[in-house]
Amino acid sequence: MKTFIAFVSKEFKHIFRDRRTLIILFGMPVVLVTLFGFAITTEINNASIAVLDRSHDSYSRKLIDKISASGYFNIKSELQSFNQIEKSFSNGKIKLAVVIGNDFGKHLITGKNAEIQIVTDASDPNTANIISNYLMAVFQNFTTESGVLPPSNLKIDTRMLYNPENRSVFMFVPGVMTVILMLVSAMMTSITIAREKELGTMEILLVSPLRPWVITIGKVVPYLLLSIINAITILLLGLFVFKMPMHGSYLLLFSEIVLFILSSLMLGLLISTMASTQQTAMLGSMMGLMLPTILLSGFIFPISSMPVILQYISHILPAKWFIIIIKSIMLKGTGFKPIAFETGILAFITIVLAVMTIKKFKIRLE
Amino acid sequence: MTEEKVIVANNLTRTFGKFTAVDHISFDVRRGEIFGFLGANGAGKTTATKMLTGILSSSGGYATVAGFDIKKHRNRLKKNIGYMSQKFSLYEDLTLKENIRFYGGIYGLSKKETAAKTGEIVERLDLKQIENTLISEIPLGWKQKIAFSVAIIHSPKIVFLDEPTSGVDPITRRQFWNLIYEAAENGITVFVTTHYMDEAEYCDRISMMTEGKIAALGSLHELLTKYNSKSMDEVFIKLAR
Repeated sequence: MKTFIAFVSKEFKHIFRDRRTLIILFGMPVVLVTLFGFAITTEINNASIAVLDRSHDSYSRKLIDKISASGYFNIKSELQSFNQIEKSFSNGKIKLAVVIGNDFGKHLITGKNAEIQIVTDASDPNTANIISNYLMAVFQNFTTESGVLPPSNLKIDTRMLYNPENRSVFMFVPGVMTVILMLVSAMMTSITIAREKELGTMEILLVSPLRPWVITIGKVVPYLLLSIINAITILLLGLFVFKMPMHGSYLLLFSEIVLFILSSLMLGLLISTMASTQQTAMLGSMMGLMLPTILLSGFIFPISSMPVILQYISHILPAKWFIIIIKSIMLKGTGFKPIAFETGILAFITIVLAVMTIKKFKIRLE
Repeated sequence: MTEEKVIVANNLTRTFGKFTAVDHISFDVRRGEIFGFLGANGAGKTTATKMLTGILSSSGGYATVAGFDIKKHRNRLKKNIGYMSQKFSLYEDLTLKENIRFYGGIYGLSKKETAAKTGEIVERLDLKQIENTLISEIPLGWKQKIAFSVAIIHSPKIVFLDEPTSGVDPITRRQFWNLIYEAAENGITVFVTTHYMDEAEYCDRISMMTEGKIAALGSLHELLTKYNSKSMDEVFIKLAR
């Protein structure tokens, strides 16, 4: 135990003396969350839209007036036919088009479904989402104020053009957390072990009475602690600065986070058994871990719209399952049961990685 | 005093696939001796050293180091040996004192013992003014002496030195050998690998390795007479042919 403490305290000295590591460790989470948080604007005003009024009655007129009076929208053009919608989008004039169906007023009064279609440019999905939400609020207002009828008679059909996936604004907190934890746990661990090999100190450690597993755990423990601190920082930022909802149990969330960190640490160890220099370790974790995690985990690009092969690859990424788990707990408030499958996969991946690492480590010692 | 054998190797062999790096070598090292393990690069010195220090397992034969079987008692063996690599491996981002404290810690020395050792090393090598300096700022020659002192911090029975003088100037090399003599006088057996043939004259006995086998073994005088040579360089060239 005493030797273990001596080892871990040395590790912490390495971490706190290296300014670059410190910046990555504590600066990155804050910078990333803030960047993502503020880059995704949650407020709009004067969004350019187009209107296609197919009924031209007093109700549809009133609705259009209401939209333009709200202050959020700037009605650029009143279109005459469906064909013009696509055109207006492609020359970038508008962000959204509203189509008011035939006999709008008549249907409203007679209690049939009065139809409105919202067409958005979802190549910028967040903006599209936000604008259409604002517009919905205007419609709600319209039906209650005009006093005609219960709002249920209004049938609103939303089309997300170019990107059928409706991404949540709250995606970035789980996403950033995943990337950061992966970075700290996997990359830092693999680099620190590779460094010992590069400097030749690993040989000295192996000749010393320290058991190999003590060296391994001694390397992993500091990064486990730092990762937990990072996860908490990101969570606090998400909850208090960006008002991300948290509907589920904190205990469950915390356990899942620790499970994910363990899987990342195992990945880092596995990489370090193969890399003999810091550069290889860094490149290995960059190309092999960070890029797939950022690109394929569903953090930025929706998995369902990827080519089939990439979808299969995404299945073996711990990050994919972790993002699903976090979103379920935080946004939907689910308990353990609905995410048991995802947790199982994450645990399975962790165990497979651990076994592979131990095998590799033994071969190297033989 | 009977001659105690601290290293005994008997037909020790190591193969990597079809390649035999160490081919049935047998030798023994006596207590308090400075044993030179010479050979060209790639002759199998490092592989043999790795087996004796317990970081590589052997494929055949057996060996005992400090009385412990290198296969069966690896962990007890490790407590009784010291090791210094050619990279003078100290942690660059730790200070001199912290390095000593760390190595003391992993060899299970108590705080008191470590503090005493630290004082001793600092005094003997005259390092008072740099004891709190980061290793990265200390010149190579000093690092080498510190690395050696750290390797014997736990007073091992044997210390293994792997090419300890590579890349250092002749004067520093001479000073370093003085440290080795000092350790040997204190009863620590020194097992030193080198490819500098002239360093052989500092050793009590020499083994010369070529292509995985021990080609010659004996004191400098014995070898020079046997091969009718004036220097180890000559012996080496005759053997390598």
